[in-house]
Formats: sequence, C-alpha cells, structure tokens
Amino acid sequence: MGYTIEIKKPNLIVHFYGELDHHITEKSRLLIDQKYKDNNLRNIIIDLTQLTLMDSSGIGLVMGRYKLVNSNGGRIVLVSSNTYIDRIIKMSGLLKIIEVYMRLEDALTNLER
Amino acid sequence: MDKNYMRLEFSSKSNNESFARVVVAAFASQLDPTLEELSDIKTAVSEAVTNAIIHGYELGQGIIIIEAKIENDTVEIQIIDNGKGIADLEQAMEPFYTSKPDLERSGMGFTVMETFMDELIVESTKDIGTKVIMRKKIDRSIDKE
Repeated sequence: MGYTIEIKKPNLIVHFYGELDHHITEKSRLLIDQKYKDNNLRNIIIDLTQLTLMDSSGIGLVMGRYKLVNSNGGRIVLVSSNTYIDRIIKMSGLLKIIEVYMRLEDALTNLER
Repeated sequence: MDKNYMRLEFSSKSNNESFARVVVAAFASQLDPTLEELSDIKTAVSEAVTNAIIHGYELGQGIIIIEAKIENDTVEIQIIDNGKGIADLEQAMEPFYTSKPDLERSGMGFTVMETFMDELIVESTKDIGTKVIMRKKIDRSIDKE
C-alpha cells in the first residue's frame, strides 16, 4: 500500500499501489497539493492501475483534487483498468466530470491537446 | 460450512483499516468466495470501519469491535463502535450526504455498503454508539475455478 508522485511538466502524476483507503488518502493529499502548487503545474493524473481495492475515500480524494485543479484552469484525469475500481468510479458519478483512460500514455496524449 | 464465529477488537486508528479488511476477508474465505465477492466484502468493511474512526470517534481514541458469523452460505459482519452515534440516520444514509465535507468525504459510504452487500442494517443511538450489520450470501452454485 502506498503511492509515488511523479512530475512531468505541466502534469503531476500520482501512482497509487495496493489498496487506497482513508489512511492512504490522508497521508497523501497534502503532499500532492503541495507538489502541484510548488511546481506551478496545471494538470493532475491519478493512476489507479496498480490498485487492488479502492473505497469511497479514494473518490473523496479525486473530488478534492478536481476542485484544486479546476480553480487553477487545469484538468484532472484518471487511469484505471481494474473492473472493481471502475465499479466504484461509476457509482460515484465522477465520470460526468472526469475522463478515465485505460493507459497512462493515453491520458498524457489527451492532456497535450 | 455450517457455523463459525469470530470477534476482533482494535483501536480506532486509520492504519487498522487495512488490518480489519484482511481479517474479515480471511474469515469469509472459508465460504470460498470469488475475487469479486471478496472485494465487495473488503470494501464494505473498509467503509464501515472508516465511518467509526472519522464519525463515531471523530478521529479520537476509541475501540472498534468486529464480530463476524458464518451460517450456511451467508457471512454476517457487525462493526460496532461506542462513539457519538448518528443524530439523523436517514440523512446520513442519503447518497452523497456528508457531515464532514472539510475532510473530503464523498458521502458514499453507506451507498457502497448497500450496493456491495446483500443486506445492511444500521442501529445508532446518540452518545452510545453505532452498530452496522451487513450480510452477504456467497453463492456456491456458480462454478468456481
């Protein structure tokens, strides 16, 4: 369980591993926001492909970052290829406001447009 | 499997969320669930335990108790806290309602539990605590490889 933050200007990429729950969202969200602001980045990509489980805390984390990025004129996209994770994303209604890609490369290409 | 029972007691700390999921999943594994059923159970437990930590004990100290039972092909899980209780249960169970938007809660916890389990009962008394009872039938008529 954990996460890594990657900076690929103007994007910030967060890779989550294992299980994304309240414990991990609390550990990661402040650092994500700080890196995003300190590096004057525009977009955030949240990579969920290496997760085996995500509960509604993960949805809260995405919504929180959506607000941050949106107020800064940027975009947030998700990368997900796991049916269990996709199910909770669909339930949350996030798909109305956020795009989801199967692969990280597709997310990066789309953000260049 | 006819009948089995377990009880687990732990501090209301967020690093115990994964511990609680793993224990309940291991107990439920006796019913030979599919990966999807196991994922449903773990996610529902995660939601209930997180609620107890954030809302029941408001991130303070407390004890969370999990009791689980297996009867025939059904697993029943109870998540119990002695925290502050839920003042308005109907409102709390509305999709997307959260009393703690500042903590970036999505308000989806009970909806997730309802969706991923077959049955959900919430009993709560102000200043006494909350008990969440969830049941899921593990259908063994489906061929599992």
